[in-house]
Amino acid sequence: MVDEQQPKLRIRRQGKVNVVELEDRKILEELLIAQLGEQLGSLVDAEAEPRLVLDFKKVEHLSSAALGILITLDKQVKGRRGKLALANIQPQIYEVFKITRLNKLFSIQDTADAAVQALA
Amino acid sequence: MPVVPFDQALPHRIVIASDLHAARQVEEQVLRLTEAKGYSKECAFAIRLSLEEALVNAHRHGNRCDAAKKITVSFRIDRRRAVIRVSDEGSGFDPCCVPDPTCPERICLPNGRGIMLMRSYLDEVTYSPRGNEVQLVKERC
Repeated sequence: MVDEQQPKLRIRRQGKVNVVELEDRKILEELLIAQLGEQLGSLVDAEAEPRLVLDFKKVEHLSSAALGILITLDKQVKGRRGKLALANIQPQIYEVFKITRLNKLFSIQDTADAAVQALA
Repeated sequence: MPVVPFDQALPHRIVIASDLHAARQVEEQVLRLTEAKGYSKECAFAIRLSLEEALVNAHRHGNRCDAAKKITVSFRIDRRRAVIRVSDEGSGFDPCCVPDPTCPERICLPNGRGIMLMRSYLDEVTYSPRGNEVQLVKERC
């Protein structure tokens, strides 16, 4: 069966920074993750030096495949001399980043505003 | 010595096509049982995450995304613990040979974290001798 679920993103511009709110509670579906990667990748490709904040406020579950997309996105951003920050990660999800030590790889801030400041 | 022997019979057994949509329905069925048995939100989070990783591994690495192959999920969810087995039709692998995804040369790779997450969140993760079946054990909390 083909899963037609699309990732739900709310994008707003704050100065030079694109703030993307991830609206899905669960980021588990393989197709959804792939589409999320494509959509975020397009956002990065649209700018010379992209500055991107991903807001995880609503995310309650994610898989290792979703972590993989974030790593790929981080490479894309750095490849264009941009900056990426993650924000509002719930404690349970932050634990996943800690276990995999990806909390050392990504800039992770408590709030979206703090993340925007970090990229200024 | 594992708390739950690998040959212990489990009351529920579901065979699905190697397809992640079907796998997710099994996942929801297991999670409904944990909820009914009073497992905490944190415990359910650990089970969902680990089962997701096990099912994706069975589909992608075991069955090589071949929808003609099957994934078998057996489980027992009681008031003491959750025991879930996931098997695929692949040739298996040696879990001891899986590299540490947190080492500096692998930290930037986009994959290879599933088994580590399962081991971190569960009380037991054991594999059949052939390596094509994994048993997940989580004590109720």
